[in-house]
Amino acid sequence: MSDNSTKNSICVVIGASHAGVNLAFALRKEGWEGEVLLFDKDPELPYHRPPLSKTYLQNEEVNLLKAEDSYQKDNISLNLGVSVNSINRENKTIILSDGSHQPYHKLVLATGARPIIPPIPRIENAKNLYPLRTAADVTNIRNAFQNSINKRVVIIGGGYIGLETAASIKKLGGTVTVLERESRILARVTAPEMSDFFMKLHSENGVEILTDKNVISIDVQDDVNTVNCADGSFYIADIIVVGVGIRVNTELAKEAQLVIENGILIDETACTNDNDIYAIGDCTFHKNPHYNRFVRLESVQNAVDQAKVAAAAICGKKIIYNAIPWFWSDQFNVKLQMVGLSEGYNQLFIRKEESETTKISLWYFKDDTLLAVDAINNPKAFVLGTKFIKDGSKIDTTKLIDASVLFKPLNLLI
Amino acid sequence: MAKITFITRDNETIELEGTSGSVMQLAVDNNVAGIDGDCGGVCSCATCHVHVAPEHQAKTGEATEIETDMLELNDYANEQSRLCCQMEISEELDGIVLQVAESD
Repeated sequence: MSDNSTKNSICVVIGASHAGVNLAFALRKEGWEGEVLLFDKDPELPYHRPPLSKTYLQNEEVNLLKAEDSYQKDNISLNLGVSVNSINRENKTIILSDGSHQPYHKLVLATGARPIIPPIPRIENAKNLYPLRTAADVTNIRNAFQNSINKRVVIIGGGYIGLETAASIKKLGGTVTVLERESRILARVTAPEMSDFFMKLHSENGVEILTDKNVISIDVQDDVNTVNCADGSFYIADIIVVGVGIRVNTELAKEAQLVIENGILIDETACTNDNDIYAIGDCTFHKNPHYNRFVRLESVQNAVDQAKVAAAAICGKKIIYNAIPWFWSDQFNVKLQMVGLSEGYNQLFIRKEESETTKISLWYFKDDTLLAVDAINNPKAFVLGTKFIKDGSKIDTTKLIDASVLFKPLNLLI
Repeated sequence: MAKITFITRDNETIELEGTSGSVMQLAVDNNVAGIDGDCGGVCSCATCHVHVAPEHQAKTGEATEIETDMLELNDYANEQSRLCCQMEISEELDGIVLQVAESD
């Protein structure tokens, strides 16, 4: 803007979850004086998503991202239960589902992703079948569970959502079976040792996890589902939860002819190929400078960090996205924290602490470069791993796996 | 009911009252600058770091192992550090003063 003032400018944000909401507040911190409008089709006040498959299934208390009056205080217009139909880049407007037009000077796409419902024959007839992505999904699952007499739950998919949901429902007293198509759970994201650990954890807690189970059809009789697998086995389910991955919400961007690859393509400042349109969070395909490759990440960290980068850029300051990705998962009494991206590793080192509780950390290397750490009940390994990856430290792996060597950076560096 | 006072990095004093839940959630619900609680309160992100005034440490108790581990390499951590998502509000905490810790 020629006079450097944003007073008469409008920033429109599509999507009011972690990325969109953090961006709106970050804009105010960066000094944006114009209007900020958030749109989301979810009618709920924006909430934390990760607890949905964890504590929220159990205690019904949704954690708000920000208190309701925070939006007012920061003069952020929150428009919930409103869908966006299209973007008109030429006129710089978005068209809402009620047909009205909303002009923008800067537009941010924080459209996220939606769960995949696989094309299993007769899945549309299934009784009490839900994905788990929104607060409404969890309310549906919880209500179905409370109303069910037998409480037999089948979860399709042994990824993090599936496993967290399995643990939560088991704690509520259900009979839980997880059906995983691959030969091990968490196959896409972790080493076999991690799969083994979580298989054992779930089995010890009474969750049945079955691998190599390709679901081929679902039948319903008297409100009870039968989930049929390719190997001829079948499983009875009062409730089915589907956790087989997500599809990125790129349709709006695609129709507006923004560049899409494995997500909406953005540069190091979260800007798309249109200088006035940014994209942040789960929906983006972006370069991670540390790993020197393009990635799409489903994580709170990525949403929050890209929100900060985009807010700065919109306000005319340049911050380069340069974060080390991190994630977490809670299942039963186990706290898993992950940092880095393990893809392409060729060496794995495992450290087991001398401790009463299970404390294990898995260190993924490519040659002598540390790529990622999975820390089980071991925040110290997570914190050290983060620092080592950030600094590009070279690590003495003999000392690393020797639990008698104190877990301090100086003890482990070469 | 517990009265909990936050002092932000800009030295703004915010007095709040809470009855239940975590101290982090109380701070987030009342817009205390510098308390983000990105992970929603499961001690995974360390964005709710505070320093407890020394005279109030008897009330709050010491940081748990998971908190000290998360703060292991944090330049602003000290003996007074807590991650306030791990502090449950109770009468015990009435009158405490928490300084929002610096961050990079």
